[in-house]
Amino acid sequence: MKDAIPLSDDEQEKLLQRVMRRQATLSIQVAVIFILVLIGLPLGNLYLPDLMGSPVIGFTLTWLILGVLFYPLTWVLSQLFVRKSEAIEAELVHTAEEGR
Amino acid sequence: MNIPLVFVIAITLATIGLGIWATRRSRTASDFFVAGRSVSVFWNASAISGEYLSAASFMGVAGLIMKNGYDCLWYPVGYAAGYLFLLLFIAGPLRRFGAYTIPDFAEGRFDSPAFRKIAVIFVLFIGFFYTMPQMKAAGVTMASILGWKYWAGIAVVGTVITFNVAIGGMKGITIVQAFQYWVKAFAISVPLFIFFSLTSFSHLPPSANNSVATETPRVPADVELTIKGKDAYPSNVMSFSAAEPTVVFFPKGGVLDKVGPVRKPEKGEDPISADQLIGVQAGLQVDASPGPAVPKSIQGGYMIQPGAMVVTRAVVVTKDGQPVLKDGKPVKTTAKIEFGGTEPTTIHLIKAGLKGQIGDRTNPEAGPIAPNAPSNGKWLNPYGPLTSKWGYPVLYTYSLIIALVCGTAGLPHILVRFYTNPDGKTAKRTTLWVMVMLGAFYVFTPVWGTLGRAIMPALYANNATDSLLIKLPTLLENKTLGAILTGITSAGAFAAFMSTFSGLLVSMSGAFAHDIYGKILKPGASAQSRLVAFKIAAVAVGAVSMLLGLCVETFDIATMVGWAFAIGAASYFPLLLLGSWWRGLTKYGAGAGMLLGGLASLSAIVCSMLLDKKVLTWEVSPIVRSLMEQPAIWGVPLSILTMVVVSKMTAGSVPADVRLKMLRLHAPEGMGYSKDYVTE
Repeated sequence: MKDAIPLSDDEQEKLLQRVMRRQATLSIQVAVIFILVLIGLPLGNLYLPDLMGSPVIGFTLTWLILGVLFYPLTWVLSQLFVRKSEAIEAELVHTAEEGR
Repeated sequence: MNIPLVFVIAITLATIGLGIWATRRSRTASDFFVAGRSVSVFWNASAISGEYLSAASFMGVAGLIMKNGYDCLWYPVGYAAGYLFLLLFIAGPLRRFGAYTIPDFAEGRFDSPAFRKIAVIFVLFIGFFYTMPQMKAAGVTMASILGWKYWAGIAVVGTVITFNVAIGGMKGITIVQAFQYWVKAFAISVPLFIFFSLTSFSHLPPSANNSVATETPRVPADVELTIKGKDAYPSNVMSFSAAEPTVVFFPKGGVLDKVGPVRKPEKGEDPISADQLIGVQAGLQVDASPGPAVPKSIQGGYMIQPGAMVVTRAVVVTKDGQPVLKDGKPVKTTAKIEFGGTEPTTIHLIKAGLKGQIGDRTNPEAGPIAPNAPSNGKWLNPYGPLTSKWGYPVLYTYSLIIALVCGTAGLPHILVRFYTNPDGKTAKRTTLWVMVMLGAFYVFTPVWGTLGRAIMPALYANNATDSLLIKLPTLLENKTLGAILTGITSAGAFAAFMSTFSGLLVSMSGAFAHDIYGKILKPGASAQSRLVAFKIAAVAVGAVSMLLGLCVETFDIATMVGWAFAIGAASYFPLLLLGSWWRGLTKYGAGAGMLLGGLASLSAIVCSMLLDKKVLTWEVSPIVRSLMEQPAIWGVPLSILTMVVVSKMTAGSVPADVRLKMLRLHAPEGMGYSKDYVTE
C-alpha cells in the first residue's frame, strides 16, 4: 500500500474537509430521497386510504409498493450511490496525485 | 421413510463437511477471524446475505404476514432497506478504518481500551437477543417434521451448530454462509412455483373487495387441533369470531383456564361473565340458544368431560344495561378462551348449525371461522392488528421502521463481515449486491403469507403461523411431492438458523476471545491461546443460547428479531454513524449514549416481554405500552442526543490525532491513509 503524501496540518485539514464534504453531500442526497419514501408511505396509507387501497391484481396499490416495488427502489438508489461515490473517490485521488 | 428428515440431515452434513473442508485451508488467526480479508464481491455478498437471512426471514416473516397482514410487510422491507443506510454512511468508512470488530472500532477511534469493554457488552446483548428466535425456529421445525418436543429440537440443533463453529471459525463459515444463501433462495422460491403449477388460484382470498372485508377465513371442518396448555401462554389463547357461534368438541376432555370477552371492556361497561360467553352443547344441531353453563372445576377454571362440546355465543356489550353502539349497530363480542392443563388439549372446531358434516370438506362454508384470524379488511389494509394492538398504529409503524432501518447497521455479526472486503470500494459494491440478493429473497415472503391465509387457516387457531413454511406443502394431494417440498423448506429453515446462529456464535465468541480474553483478561495472549479461548467461548455461548431459546416458545420469531434490531439501532448505530462522521464525538459521549439508549431500549423490551408473559402485571397505559414494545422511536434519538450533549461537555477529550483518524475513515484508499487496525 502506498504511503500517505506528507502534508502540513493545514493541508491535511483542507483535504479532510474536502473529502468529507463531497461524500457526505452525496450520502445525504440519497438518504433524503429514501427517508421521504419511508415517511411518505405510512402517511399515504393514513390520509389517502382510497388511493392506496385501489385494487391491483387482487391486492391493493399499497401492497404492490411495499411488497414488491420497494426492493427495486433500494437497488436503484444504491447503484446510483455506488457509481457516484466511486467517481468522487477517483477524482479525489486524481487531484491528490497531481498535487504530489 | 421420513423424507424431510433426509433433507435436513443432508443440509446439516453438507454444512459441516464444507466447514471442515474450509478449515483445512485456514491457517493463521487472521484467516480464522475474518477470512484473511480476501473474499470476492460476489462471494462476500452471498455470505453476508446467507448470514443475514435468519430464521426470522425464512420462517418468521411469512408467518407474521399471514398472522397480521399488511403491516408486517415492513419487516422484510426494513430488513433489506437497512442496508441502504449502512451503504450510505457506514460501509465504506468502517472498512477503511480496518478493525475486526465494533469493539476494535470503538477502541481505535477513541484510543480508549475502557470503551472497548462497553462496546463488547452490546455484542453479547444483541447477540443473545438474536439467537433466541433462531433457537425457537429450530425447536418449531423439529417439532413439525419429526414430532419432537420443542426442547429436543433446540438441544440437538444447537449442539451440532456449536460444535461446527468451535472447530471451524469464520473462514469455514464464509463459504458455508454463501452456500446457505443459495439454499435459502432456492427453498423459498421453488416450492412456491411447484405449488402454484399444481393448484389453481381460485383459493386465494377475494381481497381488495370491500364487500367481503368483514369475512374471515374458515378452518376445514375435519381439522383436529392441538392446543398447548397454560405454560405456553399466550399460545394457549383462542379468540373466537362474534359473527357466528362455534362449537368446540373435546374428544378427550380438557381444562379451560380462563374465559373472558375478546373485546377488552371499556370503562363503565357492564362486566360479561363466562357463562354468557360459552355454554355446554348436547348435540351438533346448534343454534345460538343458551345451553347450560359449563361446570366449574374445583381447582379454578372449567373442567370439560371427554366427548363434551362447548359452544361460543355472541354477547351484546352493554353500559348501564343499554347496548353500546358503534356506527349505529350494537357492539358484540364473544369468548376468548385460555386453555389450561399441563398437557396439550385436542379439539375439533365445528360450525354451529351443521349436523353430521364433520369431515365434509367439499363445502367451504362447512368449516367454522378460524379463531384468532383477522378479517379480510383488517388483514389487507394498513394499520391492522399488529400496529393497532395498543391503539397507536401510526406511532407503532414509524417506530418499527426506525428499528429495522437503523438496526441493520447495529448488528455485530453482519458488520464484522465488511472487514472481509479488501477495501472500502469493494465494501460498497458488496453492499449493493447484498441488497439485490435480499430483495430477490424477501419478495417471496408475502406470497407464502397470503397462501397460508387462504389455504391453511388452521394455523391461526393454534397460534402456529411460524410453522407455515414447513406445514403448507403437506396440503398437496401428492403426499410424496408434499414431503419433498417440506424437506426443501425444512432444509431452508435449517440453513437459515444454522447460518445466523453460526455467525452470532463467531461474533460473540470472538468478542470473548479477542476482546475480553485477549485484551482485558490476558493482554498479549498468544494467537494460539486466543484460539483456544475462542473455542471454549463458543461452547459456553452456545449453551446459554439454547437455554434462552427454551424460554421464548410463545413469541413470534420475526418480532424477537425486530427487538434485537431495536437494541442495535439505539446502541451501535449511533456509535458508528457519529463516530464516522462527527469528529467532535468523545469516548464519554459515545459510551454514555450507547449505554443509555441501548440499555433503556433493552429494559423496555424485556419488560414488554414479561408483561406479555404475565410475569409482570403492571397497569401500563396503551401509549407507554406501544413505546415499550417498539422503543426505537425514542431510543435512537435518546442515544444520539446523549452522545452529542455529553461530547460537547467533554470536548477536551477528543483524541489529539482525530484528523488523521477521520482521514483514515474517509480518504479513498489511493491516498494511502487507510491501514488495517489489526495486522497479523
